[in-house]
Order: sequence, then structure tokens, then C-alpha cells
Amino acid sequence: MSWHALLGNPMNLTRQDVEKIAHLARLSITAQEMPVYVTSLSSIVNFVDELSRAQTGDVLPMAHPLDGQHQRLRADVVSESDHHEKYQANAPAVQAGLYVVPRVIE
Amino acid sequence: MLHTLSIGELGRNLNSGQISSVELTRHFLARIERFNSALNALITLTAEQALAAAAAADAARAAGGQGPLLGIPLIHKDIFCTDGVRTSCGSRMLDNFIAPYDATVVAKLKTAGAVMLGKANMDEFAMGSSNETSYYGPVKNPWDRTKVPGGSSGGSAAATAARLAPFATGTDTGGSIRQPAALTGVTGVKPTYGRVSRYGMIAFASSLDQAGVFAQSAADAAIVLQAMAGFDPRDSTSIDAPVPNYPATLSAPLAGLKIGLLREFFDGLEARNAALIHEALKIYRSLGAETVEVSLPHLPLSVPTYYVVAPAECSSNLSRFDGVRFGYRCENPKDLLDLYTRSRGEGFGAEVKRRIMTGTYVLSAGYFDAYYLQAQKVRRLITDDFRAAFAQVDLLIGPTTPTPAFDIGAKINDPVTMYLNDIYTIGANLAGLPGLSLPCGFVDDLPMGLQLIGPHFSEAKLLNAAHLYQEATDWHRRSPHGYE
Amino acid sequence: MADWEVVIGLEIHAQLATKSKIFSGSATAYGAPPNTQASLVDLAYPGVLPVLNADAVRMAVKFGLSIDADVARRSVFARKNYFYPDLPKGYQISQYELPVVKQGKLAVMLDDGTVKTIGVTRAHLEEDAGKSMHEGLAHASGIDLNRAGTPLLEIVSEPDMRSAKEAVAYMKKIHTLVRYLEICDGNMQEGSFRCDANVSVRPRGREKFGTRAEIKNLNSFRFVEKAINFEVSRQIDLLESGGTVVQETRLYDSDKDETRSMRSKEEANDYRYFPDPDLLPVHIDESFIEAVRATLPELPDAKAARFARDFGLSAYDAGVLSASRELGAYFEAVVAELGAAHAKLAANWVMGELSSGLNRDNLDIAVSRVSPAQLSGLLTRIVDQTISGKIAKEVFESMWSEGESADAIIDSKGLKQITDSGAIEGVIDAVIAANPKQLADYRGGKDKLFGFFVGQVMKATEGKANPAQLNELLKRKLGGGA
Repeated sequence: MSWHALLGNPMNLTRQDVEKIAHLARLSITAQEMPVYVTSLSSIVNFVDELSRAQTGDVLPMAHPLDGQHQRLRADVVSESDHHEKYQANAPAVQAGLYVVPRVIE
Repeated sequence: MLHTLSIGELGRNLNSGQISSVELTRHFLARIERFNSALNALITLTAEQALAAAAAADAARAAGGQGPLLGIPLIHKDIFCTDGVRTSCGSRMLDNFIAPYDATVVAKLKTAGAVMLGKANMDEFAMGSSNETSYYGPVKNPWDRTKVPGGSSGGSAAATAARLAPFATGTDTGGSIRQPAALTGVTGVKPTYGRVSRYGMIAFASSLDQAGVFAQSAADAAIVLQAMAGFDPRDSTSIDAPVPNYPATLSAPLAGLKIGLLREFFDGLEARNAALIHEALKIYRSLGAETVEVSLPHLPLSVPTYYVVAPAECSSNLSRFDGVRFGYRCENPKDLLDLYTRSRGEGFGAEVKRRIMTGTYVLSAGYFDAYYLQAQKVRRLITDDFRAAFAQVDLLIGPTTPTPAFDIGAKINDPVTMYLNDIYTIGANLAGLPGLSLPCGFVDDLPMGLQLIGPHFSEAKLLNAAHLYQEATDWHRRSPHGYE
Repeated sequence: MADWEVVIGLEIHAQLATKSKIFSGSATAYGAPPNTQASLVDLAYPGVLPVLNADAVRMAVKFGLSIDADVARRSVFARKNYFYPDLPKGYQISQYELPVVKQGKLAVMLDDGTVKTIGVTRAHLEEDAGKSMHEGLAHASGIDLNRAGTPLLEIVSEPDMRSAKEAVAYMKKIHTLVRYLEICDGNMQEGSFRCDANVSVRPRGREKFGTRAEIKNLNSFRFVEKAINFEVSRQIDLLESGGTVVQETRLYDSDKDETRSMRSKEEANDYRYFPDPDLLPVHIDESFIEAVRATLPELPDAKAARFARDFGLSAYDAGVLSASRELGAYFEAVVAELGAAHAKLAANWVMGELSSGLNRDNLDIAVSRVSPAQLSGLLTRIVDQTISGKIAKEVFESMWSEGESADAIIDSKGLKQITDSGAIEGVIDAVIAANPKQLADYRGGKDKLFGFFVGQVMKATEGKANPAQLNELLKRKLGGGA
């Protein structure tokens, strides 16, 4: 196996695939950008498809680099106080202490 | 010349009263003033705060205060949150973002008395290997301004190489400290995952990100790492273990040290580059180390593994940038969906969007098992390879990058070719291992890096091995022309 | 017309009664001004990280032990990715593949007195979202993130319930349990305890489940019952008219008493769950479990069984009195003073007069106007025949409004029962003498007139004649005895 082996079957994404992904990720993609993403995402997917050649059988997936560590637990203590004015200084739109967004429809 | 002195020498001069921190700070601010417009290494300058902090450091020293970093200037990568100072992460998304708190790394260095001069340019959200994805434009390599400095911590690397500060912070998710350190001829250390707190460091890929340091030598890096490392209760992945005294063991003899030469790193490596590594091995042997060849059979899969795991995590980590609580919001959103898609579509650059979409794809229904889960399994195979290697040897050695710095613009339109720049560095991130890059010579008049990788928590040994190499060579003392 | 079987499963969300949030040190108190309890972590500021609250884990384990479930030695937090303004990170931290509690069960008593065991598939820890407000904003919503990050235990049942009433009985039992365990305040108005109902129907006898609809965010027992009943008829009508049920999320509109499709949630969700890299696997060892087990209170079923056994109460009464720890404790305090022999009397009073008083004034038993000591003082006077049960109700009303002891009220109002046979006989004689016609009719066979004479005597004694003595004496006198 060599570093530059980009084998495997070409997995070309379609424009519809990319539109669906962009929607899931809430990213607007302009019509001009679209072909570039279709091409580059296809080449990335083809590249990572090399993983399918690895024999992984019953290998346990590894989510953390330091295996065997456990989650530490924090004592149930209120340690935070109100700083909403400072925190909301970065907000694009605030009214009466609330973050304002276009109407949420349920 | 103050900017050629080591941190230890600067400390002695400050202690003896030969210079003050204010003078030292002014000296580096003047260098930034002189060189930064050509390099674009810093994107925010905090001169006023720096001079105030320097004056405070001088006062503290006068009152008997001590510490190896008291009054020493530094530059922070703009990925670290700095209270009251813009923290952009190299993105339009955060161009207007004033962090309301200090990252733990920032707070620790502040407590140690270090003086922040400003914030360094970087690839947008640390996604890049050339520093060309920054919203603020590319950083130029001080060795040749037509070349990239590497990335994503390109600003920190270029600033350290051009001696705009004695040291700089960086982060390394797939090589973002070691690769630019190699391409700019400085020493860069990526510690063990969990050794340095991630709190306040804007997340790219949480299971891979680790903060580290750029310095002019391993000895300087040891001093800085000492101040940065340690347990942080705010970071669940931070390790609660004592930090060894790094400077104390810098000169420990290397006799009997077993160094593993990574066979996979030499596959297809250019002869001139390989020759530099073999020269370095000779030096290590002369220092009493033993070198053996080792193989990590799954290592060639580290790049595709990384380009599944890192985008997957980033796609989720960057969902918080939605135009609601902070950051960029599009003009006149017509509804909620429009607010989200345009704020994110306009606020993020092309590479960030590409990675978010890659990550969204590999986590989505129908692809999760084939990509994400498979990558996690291969990640274990790679980690197991490293573990097996460290049963035989104390350290692994190889090149940091396949080539020296490349031309600005050469690879930016071909993501996969760009990704392959990180082939030698990514393995350490996947396995959570510490790695270090140090200058080891030149190819085409551009610096090249030697990479050392050790087992978990072996930073002291890496710094020791790097320091003794630097005692025996002077590659790390070379300065880019014009910045002497 | 086919005979339809209803299949219901519930997902109950119980806010855990921790002081601080599940992943941050912000307070969880209800009703604070907007965003004043939203820290950098709750706001998902760049760079911040979650750290898990130990008490949230303890409470989840406590729940698991109380339903005889498996407590996972290793559980994992995952990210559920979706965009919504009340979800600051763009993902909810929840447990997906490896929840902290698995496979428990709960015995629920149904209306007909039978006991049904409902399976609990799992209970997992997760964080609550914030709230969207719409009042006073034109074409906009305001986001309050005070609730974001409040710990939730999501309790998922098996699809074991076969009617709305069963679902409500199960939900009430969980409600009782979480308050017993002191892991949730159970306040449904404030949203501390709410549920989603998965409802489907199938022809009776068929094994395969029908397509289900999920009704979101039901925050009262009444709404759960009404929403399920509406949904069941909707689905049956649809199927009987040849239509099909669509798998979807629906919202119950209590004003119109109907469920409607939530179009905003309609689009195919792809939550892209993956393990949260900011949190490590949660490890729960034996000593942790045993330490939690040591804090378990007597559970409702055990308490009810003990009440039935020790005090001879009916299963129903024992169930009512053990419905909350406070009610059970009140009852036991009364019995402690009064003696176990009179437990049935105490039970009747606690479930009767006391409960109606509390309901009428909308009071919690902890702040009852009549204390257990006061109530047992009153009941003692029934037992020793100082007053009749009927007079006692009058005394209770005065105690409730004036807060005085039973004895003080009996004295000041002169309500003490007449137990002197001579005095009662005197009144009987006078009543008989005044009603010769009724006496003749009674003796002529109109037995029903006995009640008339009792009434007349009680009227003359202002209700204070001892009823047992009165009965006995009256019977003798009317029968012509001496």
C-alpha cells in the first residue's frame, strides 16, 4: 500500500447529494460554488474510501485517543453567576434579555 | 540583539536589570511594526495591553516576583479565547467576536507573567496546511515570501521564525504545529492529548486538537510547556497527572536510548530530505542512541482516517456558529432557515464549508458505518501499531513533512493533494501521542524538519532528545535572511 | 367493524432536581429573568467544554435501582445533531447506544384493581433545550436559554400500554416514584415532568404493530389521556375509511382537544449521532452503585404493602396513602399517636377531610393547616366517644380555619357528646311524648320511622347524643320497654 494510492471505485457525488448535505449542514452554496463542491467532495470521498480496504473485523471503534480514561464527575455546585449583559454584547440581536431570531414556527 | 536571545538569557537580563520587560516588549513591537505587513503573521495587535502587562511584570519583578516567563513577550494563535480581545479563529464568522473569557492556556501564561503582543493569523478554524484559508489572507514564509509557512498555525510559526516574539502558542489537530514549525525552521511541540487544557481553544476536532508551542529551541519550548501543561477541571479530557519538570531533564544523557526509524515515512521520500534524516540519525548515534527500523503497517491509512474523523467532529463543533448568539449574521434574513444557511454560508470560507460537508456526509444515515465507524476502527489499528512500536523503541523518528515549503497558491485548489502534506504528522494525533519538530537542515534553501514522536506523556524525553541534538547542531540558530 | 387494539409507549422527560446544570455550574432554578442562568457553556460559546454533574448520574442510578433495572457499568454520551434556536450548540448531548439505565420494570395498579407490569426499555441522561418566546415580538421569536442544559432523565417504556387510562396510570406511577426518590420535583406546570406518547392501533389478534404517531410535549395527566384518546379515534377513523396512518410527530392542542401534525419537524431528520468527543465514557462501579443504593427510601409499593399488612388497610387505601412520601409520613404520624388499632379511622380521615381541605385550598401537605398531631387529637376524641364522627367533621372545619386544637374547639363550642344514659333517656321520653301518632305508626309496623325519632333526639341534643347509646335506648323505649 502506498501513500498516494487513490484506488477504489469512483464515488462521485451528484449535485443533489451535495444540496442535501448542504441543507443538513445549513450552508447556503451559490450556484457558482456548487460545481466546485461537487468535484472536490467527490474526490475527498473517493480518497477516504481507501479505508474500506482495511480489515477491521471485530476491532473496537476508538472514539478517544486516551483509551481507558473515564469521565470525571463534577460536584453539583452552582458556580456561575449572571453575566448576560457581557455575554450578549456579542449577539447580533437582543431584546429584553432574549436572543432575537426570525419567528420560530411550531 | 534581544530577539536572538533564548528565553533563559532574556530572563537573566531581566533579573539583572540590564533590560526591562517594557523595553523588551517595545523591541518586539517594533519588529512587528517593521515586518508584519510583509508577513501577515499577526492579525490583531495588542500593543497597549502588552505595555501595561510588561510594566506590571517589571513591578512584580521589582517586588521580588520571579519565574522564567515573567515579562517575556509572546504571540497567541487566534484560536485561543482572550478576554476582551477579538478572537477571530481566522474567520469572517468571528471577525467581530470579542471573547468574554480567557482560555486556560492564556490564563496560565498570563499568570506566569508572559506578555501577549497580539494574535497570530491562522487557517480558518485551523483547517488548512498552508495558512491560505484565513479570512485575513495568507501568511508569508519569512524564508521566502512566495512560499507558504505551513498551517494551520502559520502565523505563530512565521512570527517565531521572524523573531517577532520569543515564542508563540499554536494548536495541532493533524500537524498544525509540527508542519509549520518544519517549514519555517523553528521548534514546535505538540504534547500528548490531554496534557494541555483545551478549554477556551476554539474546537476544530475535539478528539485530536491539542495546544502546544513554537520556540527557537527545545530548551525554550520546555520552559513554555512547563507553564502551559497541567490538569484543568473545565476540560473533561484533560489528564489529572503531575507535570514533570521539563527543563530539568533537558540534558539527560541519551546513552542506550532506542530510536525507531519509521519505515513507512521513507516510502517515496525525496532523497535530499531522506539524507537530512540520516544525518540526524548519525548525530543521535554519536550521542549514544541506538537506531532500529520499525514498521507501522496501518500508518498509510492515517490520512483517510483523519479526513473522516476530523471533518465529522468539526461538522458538529461548528454548528454553534448560527448567527444567533455571537458571530456573523447575514443581512435581513427572511426566515429562520435563511438566517442559518446564509449566516453560515457567508460567514465560513470554502475549506471550512468543504470539511463541514464532508463530516456531515460521513455521519449521515447510510454512510456512518462505512466511513465514520470504519475510520474509528482503523484509528485503533493505527494506535495499536504505535503501541507495538513503543514496546520496542523509546522514540520514533522521521521527517515532519514530505517537502519543504511550497508556493502560495500551488495546492489550494486541490484539497486531497493539500491533505497529503500531513501524511507524517497525522498518526500522532490519531493516537494522542506527543510529537516534536525541530530544524534539521535545508532543501532548496528552505528549512526542513526532523520529527520525534514518543509514547503518551513522554514530552520530557522528546525535549531532552531535541535539546541534545540542538547542542550538537546549529540548524535552529539559522535565521531567515533579512530578519537577523 | 374491526376490533382495534391500542398500543402505547411513553417517553417521559423528568428534569432532575440538581442545583446546577448537567454540564455547567449554572443554577437550574425556575423562573429567573431571561438568560441570567445561561453561562458560557450553556450558550455554547466558542471554546467551552462540558463537565458532567455527579448528582445527575447518581439520580439516574437511583432511578434505575428503584425499577430493578440494569445500571450500565459503562455509558456513553453522544451528540444528536440538529439546528434549532433553542439548541445553542446545534446538537443535544444525550445518551444513544449506551444509556445509563436499561431494562427495568414497574408494577402499575389499574382502575379495576388489577396490577400490570410495564417494561421500561431504558432511561438515559440528556440536557434540556432552552425556550422560544413569541409574545411582544413582531415576526420574531426571543430565545431564553435558562433552561438549556438542565439535566433530564428520559424514561422510555416498552409499548406495553393498551389504553389511555393505562398510560396515565403508568405515568402517575413514575411521577410518584421520581418524587419519592427526590430526583425530580414533578412540577408539571413548570415542565419538570412531561412526556411524549407513541400511539398506534392494530386489529386485535395481530402481532405486528401499526404505524405510530408520536405526540410531543404533554404536560398534564389529563392532556395525556385526552390526546391519546383523540389520536386513537383519529387513527381508527382513518384506517376504517381506507386510509393509512403516517409515521409523524404530532402536537396536542388542548384548546381544540385535537392533535395536529408538526410540519416543522416533518422533514426527514438525520441526527447524525456520534460519541461526544468532549466527554469520556461514564464509568459506574459497584461502590458507586452501593452508595446510591444506601440512599434509596422505602419505595411506594413496599410502603403500600406494609400499610396493608401492618394496619389492615385495603389495597386501594394503602395505595392512595403511599402515593407520596409526604402523605405516607403524615398518615404514619397520625397512626403513631392514635395507635395501630385505629389506623383505618386515620386512613379515612387523611384520605377524606384532610385531602379535600388540601385540595380546596390548593395546599401542599407539608403546609397543611391541620398537623398530624392536631388530627390525631381530634380522632382520639372520636375513639374515646367524646364526640361523634359527625361532630368531628364540624370540629375539623374549625380546626382548619382557626388552627386550634380539637379539645379547645370542643370545649368552647360545647360539642362534647352526651353519654349519660339518664340524660339521653330523658330526651327520648320527651320526644316520644310529643309524637304519639308516629309512635303508634311505628308500633303498627312502620319501621322506617325509627330514623325520624333518631333525628328528633339529635335535633334536641344538637347532635351531641352518643349515637350508639341513642340507638340502643330508643329501640328499647319504642318497643315499649322500660
